[in-house]
Amino acid sequence: MNKQVDIKKLSPKDFETDQEVRWCPGCGDYAILKGVQMTLANTGATPENTVFVSGIGCSSRFPYYISTYGFHTIHGRAPGFATGIKLANPDLDVWLVTGDGDGLSIGGNHMLHVLRRNVDIQIMLFNNEIYGLTKGQYSPTSRPGLITPSTPMGSVDAPLSPCVFALGAGARFVARGIDTSLKELPVTLARAKDHKGASFVEIFQNCLVYNDNVFGEFTAKKTAKDTQIHVKHGEKMIFGKDVIKGLRFNTEKFGLEVVIIGENGITEDDILVHDETNRHMAFMLCELESPDYPVVCGVIYCNPAESYDKAVQDQVAQAKRDKKADFNALLRRGRTWTVE
Amino acid sequence: MSVQSTQHVNDDVTKLESVVIRFAGDSGDGMQLTGSQFSVATALEGSDLSTFPDFPAEIRAPVGTTFGVSAFQINFGSVEVSTAGDEPDVLVVMNPAALKVNLNNIRKGGMIILDEGAFNAKNLKKAGYETSPLEDESLAQYNVIRLNITKMTVETVKKFGLGNKDSLRCKNMWTLGLVLWMFGRKRQPIIDSLAQKFAKKPDVANANIAALNAGHAFGETAEMSSNLHRYQINKYEEEAGIYRTVNGNQTLCWGILAGSQLADLELLLGSYPITPASPLLHMLSDLKEFGVITFQAEDEIAAICSAIGASFAGKLGMTTSSGPGIALKTEAIGLAISTELPLIVVDIQRAGPSTGLPTKTEQSDLFQAVWGRNGDAPIVVISVSTSTDGFDVGIEAVRLATKYMTPVMILSDGYIANASEPWKIPDINDYEAFPVKFHQDPEGFHPSKRDPETLARVWAKPGTPELMHRIGGIEKDYDSGHISYDADNHQKMTNVRRAKIDNIAHDIPLQEVSQGTEGGKLAVIGWGSTYGSIHQAVKKARKDGLDVSHIHIRHIWPLPRNLEALLNSYDKVIVAEMNVGQLNTLLRSQYLLDSVLLSKVSGQPFKIVEIHKAIVENIGDLK
Ligand code: SF4
Repeated sequence: MNKQVDIKKLSPKDFETDQEVRWCPGCGDYAILKGVQMTLANTGATPENTVFVSGIGCSSRFPYYISTYGFHTIHGRAPGFATGIKLANPDLDVWLVTGDGDGLSIGGNHMLHVLRRNVDIQIMLFNNEIYGLTKGQYSPTSRPGLITPSTPMGSVDAPLSPCVFALGAGARFVARGIDTSLKELPVTLARAKDHKGASFVEIFQNCLVYNDNVFGEFTAKKTAKDTQIHVKHGEKMIFGKDVIKGLRFNTEKFGLEVVIIGENGITEDDILVHDETNRHMAFMLCELESPDYPVVCGVIYCNPAESYDKAVQDQVAQAKRDKKADFNALLRRGRTWTVE
Repeated sequence: MSVQSTQHVNDDVTKLESVVIRFAGDSGDGMQLTGSQFSVATALEGSDLSTFPDFPAEIRAPVGTTFGVSAFQINFGSVEVSTAGDEPDVLVVMNPAALKVNLNNIRKGGMIILDEGAFNAKNLKKAGYETSPLEDESLAQYNVIRLNITKMTVETVKKFGLGNKDSLRCKNMWTLGLVLWMFGRKRQPIIDSLAQKFAKKPDVANANIAALNAGHAFGETAEMSSNLHRYQINKYEEEAGIYRTVNGNQTLCWGILAGSQLADLELLLGSYPITPASPLLHMLSDLKEFGVITFQAEDEIAAICSAIGASFAGKLGMTTSSGPGIALKTEAIGLAISTELPLIVVDIQRAGPSTGLPTKTEQSDLFQAVWGRNGDAPIVVISVSTSTDGFDVGIEAVRLATKYMTPVMILSDGYIANASEPWKIPDINDYEAFPVKFHQDPEGFHPSKRDPETLARVWAKPGTPELMHRIGGIEKDYDSGHISYDADNHQKMTNVRRAKIDNIAHDIPLQEVSQGTEGGKLAVIGWGSTYGSIHQAVKKARKDGLDVSHIHIRHIWPLPRNLEALLNSYDKVIVAEMNVGQLNTLLRSQYLLDSVLLSKVSGQPFKIVEIHKAIVENIGDLK
């Protein structure tokens, strides 16, 4: 694609709408909205060529607050709409906003297929491990035992991990971010936007009304350095306040382990280098959970392949080259006879 | 075989006005191919014709069983033919099960050509016969022609060295050869298509062609010694023009594509395979040169959602399905209504409820089409009445969808989807174009801005500078398009959505009387695929001097604006439909009309006699 010369550089503010934002005060969605507006401004997005599509839920109100084109659709089905939009006009930059209920419960099937097909869109899944808009029922990412109006004795559902799901579905871009980490989130989202094909970004989002602080264990700013690791391709996966913790591959356990450089003879050489094109590594990184492990953020997997919409457009272009679009001739194809 | 008109041309050729032939055999016997090839040969001879493929839902049901029987019926003649015929004059059966299933439909005194080679103990048992019908009196009233088609076919194709299975597969072509000879149809078009179909397997092609020729030769040589005869059916006097045969799915597919061309829009079909609508997906997938994009989605819901997404992005979105699939799409149709986007929804109806009878026909989705959504959610509903009608219906659907920014549902059904008829091929240039103009002007723009006349909202597509906007399924403010929970606004928006659709009654043709007079004693009202049967029944009754007319409704919603007055101009009105009274209920509720229902839900189309009987009974009551 040609670089566009910015006539007037837009600021994050230019991506705000005049709509009154209707999330609960203090909701993590506010921070994400800001992060997305920053991303759009930073990447020189053109509002008229950008479309935000969403399903139903708190997160799905998102399009109303972004001054691009927007489509607030029906519960769980945003991937279908986004696919249609992208197929209809591949020049549009399409973003899909969904949540853990919308995207993984009612819309789980569509999420699977949009990732598998590799439609060139960005998918932001706001994971708050709860149903917000319907007033606090457990979701497919809620932890077992969670007491909610529909699970008064605690949830007995096994939860799923959005990023592991995405990788399993064949996603070729999987990343993670945290609502309030506004330094890292726009960088991750910019990578997602840049990626050709379906980009899946799980964003840990705090629902302070129904599931407050559910991610506190690893999002608390004070301890973040020891509970999170922001991976970068080609760099050693070292983290911690003192920058001495690292992830090492343990061949006996066939998995990752946290080690401390300088202890038990461990040196920097033992620490794994992040390879974002390695799917096995991506699975292992996505499966790390606090408190035993740092929660992995940033671009975990990026391994581009031709996008579905591109392949579809190519076939149409080829058919247009090879065959003449003559409608009258079409009707006369095959056996005909003439009555005088 | 209309006996009244039978006339001997010479000793061995009998002239007929029309004939109904039914080919029946096991699913694996190739009856659909036989029937469709015979139709092609017949059409090329200039007969009018109508076909009815009647096959089971299973792809290959257990061999020899009654539920595995597949049949293809064709009615053709030198007179106007508009149904596949009530009763076959000639029944061709390839095994005992096919005889058992079809015997009670055949005309008394009709001809049965059967492959006695297939009437062995095993097949008789599978068909549930205790004694062979060839041995008792059960076929006494028919003219039975017993031929060992199996044996003769195997002998004919021996020299091609095919296996036993492939050899037996040629039986249908042997039979077809014989029937072609009987009715004076040419073999060449079929030979050509066999050569093409089996181009990669020349042995199979040659064996099939040899079997076809052998069947034909058998007729010629056995004529004297058996009770085989030849029949002559003259050409049907059609308007001048170029013709082809088409089924209802083809014309509908081409009609919608034609509509999109006239609207200057490219088409995006989001679909999910389902009987009997899948052929639309197949056909459009092979029309990419017209810019058509087809998306086989993961389910019915994603299919329609992609179509709506495409319409939002400035293409014409379309989705195709049958009753159960339409049920799944219902919520999304509501969104298209709420966001006022053009959308074509095709419902090729089949017998329900639930999975019902996937390969059998019914017209029982009318309520689903007109009323089947949450909220007050009006859309346009148009029905297809014949195999050729789909073309104009498709164009009309696109015109209304784009002009009024609304979903349009097209109701066709399994019968016309598969039935073929000759079609005078139209010229796209004879149709008036209705190019869509996307909104461009930022001055005073908001997404709910409407055309004061059509009440259609503006269509501004993403990519247009300065028209960025958000739409969705939450109620929108009438004056700004922003989300609104205001009570008065919801009333106003509900009213305008309704008025917009009601208003379309002024933009569709007045209801015509398809046969008969405006006003009179009795009218038979139909919609959709019942057209042919009603047409012929009314024709017959009028010939007998009965005061009956036929009204066939294309526009189910909104209804034509003169329909109420028209219906009130008859002493009595019968509504004939293949459901338990859906149009009837709709008309009664709209017009407080005291109509009489003629209902049939057997998975089979109406017979002419069934409608004729209702006409006679109801006219009798009026005296
Ligand atoms: S309910 Fe929770 S997720 Fe929804 S807006 Fe309120 S805080 Fe945010």
